[in-house]
Amino acid sequence: MAGVLRWTRPGRRVRVMLTEALFLQLGYNATLVTLGAGLLGIAAGVTGVFLVLGKRALVSDAVSHATLPGIGLAFILMVMAGGDGRALPGLLLGAAASAGLGLLCVSWLTRRTRLGEDAAIGAVLSVFFGAGVVLLTVIQTMSAGRQAGLETFLLGSTAGMLRSDALVIALAGALVLGLVLVLRRPMTLAAFDPDFAIAQGLDVRRTELAAMGLAMAITVIGLKIVGLILIVALLIIPPVAARFWSDRVDHVLALSGLFGGISGYGGAALSATAPGLPTGPLIVLLAFALFVLSLLAAPRRGVLATLLRRRRAIAPGAGR
Amino acid sequence: MKIDSTRPKAQSQVIPVRADAAPTSPLAISGLTVSYGDSPALRDVSIGFHPGAMTAIIGPNGAGKSTLLKSALGIVAPLSGRVTCWGKPLARQRHRIAYVPQRAAIDWEFPARALDVVLMGMYRELGLLRRVRAPHLARAMSCLARVGMEDFADRQIGRLSGGQQQRVFLARALAQGADLYMLDEPLAGVDAATERAIIAVLKEIVAEGGTVIAVHHDLATVPGYFDRVFLMNVSAITEGPVATTFSRENLDLAYGGRLALDPAGAAGARDAH
Repeated sequence: MAGVLRWTRPGRRVRVMLTEALFLQLGYNATLVTLGAGLLGIAAGVTGVFLVLGKRALVSDAVSHATLPGIGLAFILMVMAGGDGRALPGLLLGAAASAGLGLLCVSWLTRRTRLGEDAAIGAVLSVFFGAGVVLLTVIQTMSAGRQAGLETFLLGSTAGMLRSDALVIALAGALVLGLVLVLRRPMTLAAFDPDFAIAQGLDVRRTELAAMGLAMAITVIGLKIVGLILIVALLIIPPVAARFWSDRVDHVLALSGLFGGISGYGGAALSATAPGLPTGPLIVLLAFALFVLSLLAAPRRGVLATLLRRRRAIAPGAGR
Repeated sequence: MKIDSTRPKAQSQVIPVRADAAPTSPLAISGLTVSYGDSPALRDVSIGFHPGAMTAIIGPNGAGKSTLLKSALGIVAPLSGRVTCWGKPLARQRHRIAYVPQRAAIDWEFPARALDVVLMGMYRELGLLRRVRAPHLARAMSCLARVGMEDFADRQIGRLSGGQQQRVFLARALAQGADLYMLDEPLAGVDAATERAIIAVLKEIVAEGGTVIAVHHDLATVPGYFDRVFLMNVSAITEGPVATTFSRENLDLAYGGRLALDPAGAAGARDAH
């Protein structure tokens, strides 16, 4: 009996820490980071809806992997300029630049060569990621690079995040969220029926570019917390989960934002309870849990509802 | 009449748009050439559509009928040519034009109800931020009612039949409050009830002074449904009232004599969609 008690004690401590983290009692910095992750999640969930509706989910995966060489180059440039190579705004600018280049490569390959978009995505994703890994290895051998911690951009980490970093992420996330909400009507129209949208005078090409650019912005903003390997999941899983619950874009947007927010907030809080818990994977696992819940329990479109309906159809009256 | 494709097209060449068509025509096209890759889809098409008429665009598969509508609306970029609507450039008249595309390209899993689709027709007046209010909803519902779909307003579009979907898209066009309606195969793959409902609404539009241009594939119903007919096969062939223009000789010109001699066979030459 005594042994059992001793075993439950660490469990209780984790539970207390989790409660403290969820209710923002782990100190100012951790609170700021958790709130930032929550806001990032909301923005990612809402932005991701248009990525999924426009069938561009995989492109954003290529884009996120294409950020890595930009991070490495930005670090080297900042160190050579005599500054702090780890300054987050500089690293994010570098990431955005190479992500944009990756996006251009995908669209150029798709439009100007006989390569299909899937092949173009595969090529760009692996080449840029490979270049990034080489750059990171080079940086490891630089004297300034040993403590750079750039590898945290792969899977995301909130440990040791600066207050200013959290603010940058939260503000940028709020900005993207605002833009997506303003542009939701044209982006819906362009995704649903592009020919009709053009006939109404909408610049569909520019609208699609905006949708892609906003998703790219989320990718870059989310690098620090979620990491470039998994950020695409935070863009795609919440919208897909939200779709189970509603047939209206407005509702899907709201729910997707909610799911993303819960995942970001909860994942960041969870990872704050113990050192070394990776933030990105925890956020994605939470999002996945919400997806499974939606898949099973959603009314009408969920698996359980479908099974019930089918049973009722087979035996009329049995369900009454 | 037809222009030899091998002849270099001089800039000064006068394109024979009929004089009566120019400023009053809701849609006047001159010298429109479109190509997909190497093969021309439209070759130097000039046509002025009559105001207040219901015109069918007729031609064999691959004649460029859909491309004509799409390039007239700027959806497909033409190599050359000019499009005016009521004598003005298209860009300034878009609010007066409603387009009903083919249903084939739509993602039916899209989170949109019939009502949401109709509200998309009000995009120009709603803009980015204006909220959808009761008057908008009431107008959308009355458009659905005109096509007999008011009971399905809350239905997700993928759970409607093909004919019902087509009626919803017509309702979306009605919501635009346009003067010119351009429809791409509105009757393809729809049930008989839908066909009757759509034709009734289109005739109402024309009776109220609107203009209807529709790509049509069922030759047998042309005389019953349409006032005028435009025959084409990559190039323009002829345009005129159904009574005089919808003739055996003109159809042979358009279809290259591939139509069987009996009317039933003519109907069988319809585009397979």
